[in-house]
Amino acid sequence: MATATAHAGHDAHHDHKPSFFSRWFLSTNHKDIGSLYLIFAFMAGIIGAFLSFGIRMEMEEPGLQYFSNPATYNVFVTGHGLIMVFFMVMPALIGGFGNWFVPLMIGAPDMAFPRMNNISFWLTVSGFACLLCSLFVEGSPGATGAGTGWTVYPPLSSSAGHPGPAVDFAIFSLHLAGAGSILGAINFITTILNMRAPGMTLHKMPLFAWAELVTAFLLLLSLPVLAGAITMLLTDRNFGTTFFDPAGGGDPVLYQHLFWFFGHPEVYVMILPAFGIVSHIIATFSRKPVFGYLAMAYAMVAIGVVGFVVWAHHMYTVGLSLQTQSYFVFATMVIAVPTGVKIFSWIATMWGGSIRFTAAMHWAVGFIFLFTVGGVTGVVLANSSVDKYLHDTYYVVAHFHYVLSLGAVFIIFAGVYYWFPKMTGHVIPEWAGKLHFWLAFIGANVLFFPMHFLGLAGMPRRYADYPEAFAGWHKVATLGGHVFALSMVVFVIGIVLAFRSKTRAADNPWGEGATTLEWTLSSPPPFHQFETLPKIVDEPAH
Amino acid sequence: MRTTQAQHRSSWGLAALGVFLGSSSSALAAGIGQPEPWQMSRQVPVTAEAADLLNFEHGLHWLAFAISVFVLALILYCIFKFSEKANPTPSRTTHNTAIEVAWTIIPVLILVAVAIPSFRTLRTQLSDPKADVVVKVVGHAWYWSYVYPAEGDKGGFTFDANVDEEQQPKLLATDNDMVVPVGKIVKVQVTSDDVIHSWAIPSFGGKIDAIPGRLNQWWFKADREGTYHGQCSELCGARHAYMPITVRVVSEQAYAEWLTEAKTKYAAIDNGARLADAR
Repeated sequence: MATATAHAGHDAHHDHKPSFFSRWFLSTNHKDIGSLYLIFAFMAGIIGAFLSFGIRMEMEEPGLQYFSNPATYNVFVTGHGLIMVFFMVMPALIGGFGNWFVPLMIGAPDMAFPRMNNISFWLTVSGFACLLCSLFVEGSPGATGAGTGWTVYPPLSSSAGHPGPAVDFAIFSLHLAGAGSILGAINFITTILNMRAPGMTLHKMPLFAWAELVTAFLLLLSLPVLAGAITMLLTDRNFGTTFFDPAGGGDPVLYQHLFWFFGHPEVYVMILPAFGIVSHIIATFSRKPVFGYLAMAYAMVAIGVVGFVVWAHHMYTVGLSLQTQSYFVFATMVIAVPTGVKIFSWIATMWGGSIRFTAAMHWAVGFIFLFTVGGVTGVVLANSSVDKYLHDTYYVVAHFHYVLSLGAVFIIFAGVYYWFPKMTGHVIPEWAGKLHFWLAFIGANVLFFPMHFLGLAGMPRRYADYPEAFAGWHKVATLGGHVFALSMVVFVIGIVLAFRSKTRAADNPWGEGATTLEWTLSSPPPFHQFETLPKIVDEPAH
Repeated sequence: MRTTQAQHRSSWGLAALGVFLGSSSSALAAGIGQPEPWQMSRQVPVTAEAADLLNFEHGLHWLAFAISVFVLALILYCIFKFSEKANPTPSRTTHNTAIEVAWTIIPVLILVAVAIPSFRTLRTQLSDPKADVVVKVVGHAWYWSYVYPAEGDKGGFTFDANVDEEQQPKLLATDNDMVVPVGKIVKVQVTSDDVIHSWAIPSFGGKIDAIPGRLNQWWFKADREGTYHGQCSELCGARHAYMPITVRVVSEQAYAEWLTEAKTKYAAIDNGARLADAR
């Protein structure tokens, strides 16, 4: 691919770090803001995981054991979904790794709008604070919190179902987080289109930067639609409009169309950055350039484009016409093709390589297989006729946890193990990363695989209580949940050991396979890098 | 292919990569109309359309299984064949037009093959045959009510179906069941009175949302008598898990008797006001 010929070796002389408060609270440095996003995502993830633990404990047995009011269970389900989507996966993959490594990989000194970068982060934090507030104010009658599901469908989320202010807090939370993401998206697009180092054409740009570019466009185009939908919901709730109320000529299904016009691109927002990270990890540790670079980049563009025209496959049971459903079946299936190109290209990258099985590589290879499993169940669900049976059952829960929990989250960990030495200069012991992987791999599969069976047997999702017949697989799933939780303890131990150890990371700890620009810098990189821009020259043809 | 029993072999493939493969067939015939402990596959379909649909689902899962195993095999091959030890010098291959075309075209062909039965089953599902019996189903937080429209001296009554936690199967049984005749096309017209609910019977192969302000329609023709259970399938608030659906499919004669009986039984409960509400 491309290498840097010039790199300023005297960056360190300009390494004037601001004082603690201005460095971390008024930060305009992309690496510091990236670190803030990662720390924030970790803390939000703990809260989201705590909520899921409540869900799993309750589901271990039929009957109500921990939740005296099932409405509170719904609040946990809603909180878990919203937190993991908006305050864990997105901040980690986009705000965290995106901020850290997009400028480094394209040879830019920082993001295009450093102050806007800061407000993006703090808007996200404010959004999270709003969501936490919503947990403690009245929602549905007699319960606190919004128990609407992360989709916030009216009329359950209207004043009919949730008269209390909890849903208003949740709406404000999404507004704030959404505004932060839109500003972040503008920042990424501007940075990537304008600040690439001399010689780095778009077709030489690392795949992670490509992934973040496509993601930023998805966010920029889809989030305003969500903002519109929830604003309409807000005025329905508070100012007497009836956008979604049939009594005033509105229609609840309109909300679903608007929500999923955002919601479907949103799932690609969560997975595309992960695609980018996987490509780098696989190439690095196979000591081979990524296979089919252009196809990989344009497969992501294709997934992004087609992702905008498949939204109603989340709505097959609302009573759409035959023609409409047929179209969405067709469009949804089309997405399997570029996704297949990516899966096979990763395998082809490994093929003929000289593979070193580091912790990061474990997570990346595990991801390829588990994402495939989540992908093929997606093809099953794409068929509207079959989806009538599986819609809103645990099968869907299994499907999206395979692509998100075992997909995006696995790659967040892969990214941590891959880039931790670069970000901190410290080294996580390899054994910790591998033990973490195997516990998570076994735990998450035991947790989520039986949910396919539950869904096929008819178990509906978002149920606080269920018939006796479903007890067996729920018990197994909860067991898997404990193992998954244990793996997170190993993760934290690995991080603590890394900071306590005296070992320091080399500038490029991964060897010749790591070809992107961040590995040409010191570990951790200087406070300001690339004050002399690197020049990208072609390597001899290969 | 349109028998309902033959295909109920729960060989739902992906099953932890063969660990479960040997132990198929978990549901016994006794479990018809409701889930069974440790069930690993779909419920037994009792309409020809559901049987056809779930036959397709069965095929899809074998396809899903095959693709997953294929990908896993490729990954394992790479892991063992191209490890640092086994292959110290990496190749520099980054392109192979033939294989790239192949892994684009072959998935397209597979998807076309999937699309054919997919569209066929979808057309059947959304077809609009002439109904023998029409029942209006109204979702409420948190119970269902069933409206049997008047036809001559029959019908013309409404009743509510609440969860009956004393009865087995628990959380699936209702105090009053919807009753329909066997072998007849039954059309349900589904709407809601408050928030969105979803009327689901796995044995009939699906569900349809109950949305306020909309009248959705679904039909089924049950092949055998029995009691079939479903559960509300759209989050509707605190007692979402406590509004099951029970449909009793009975012989034509029993149905006629029930209609007469029900008219007197439910007349006392319903004074007509609910019908107006249910709009």
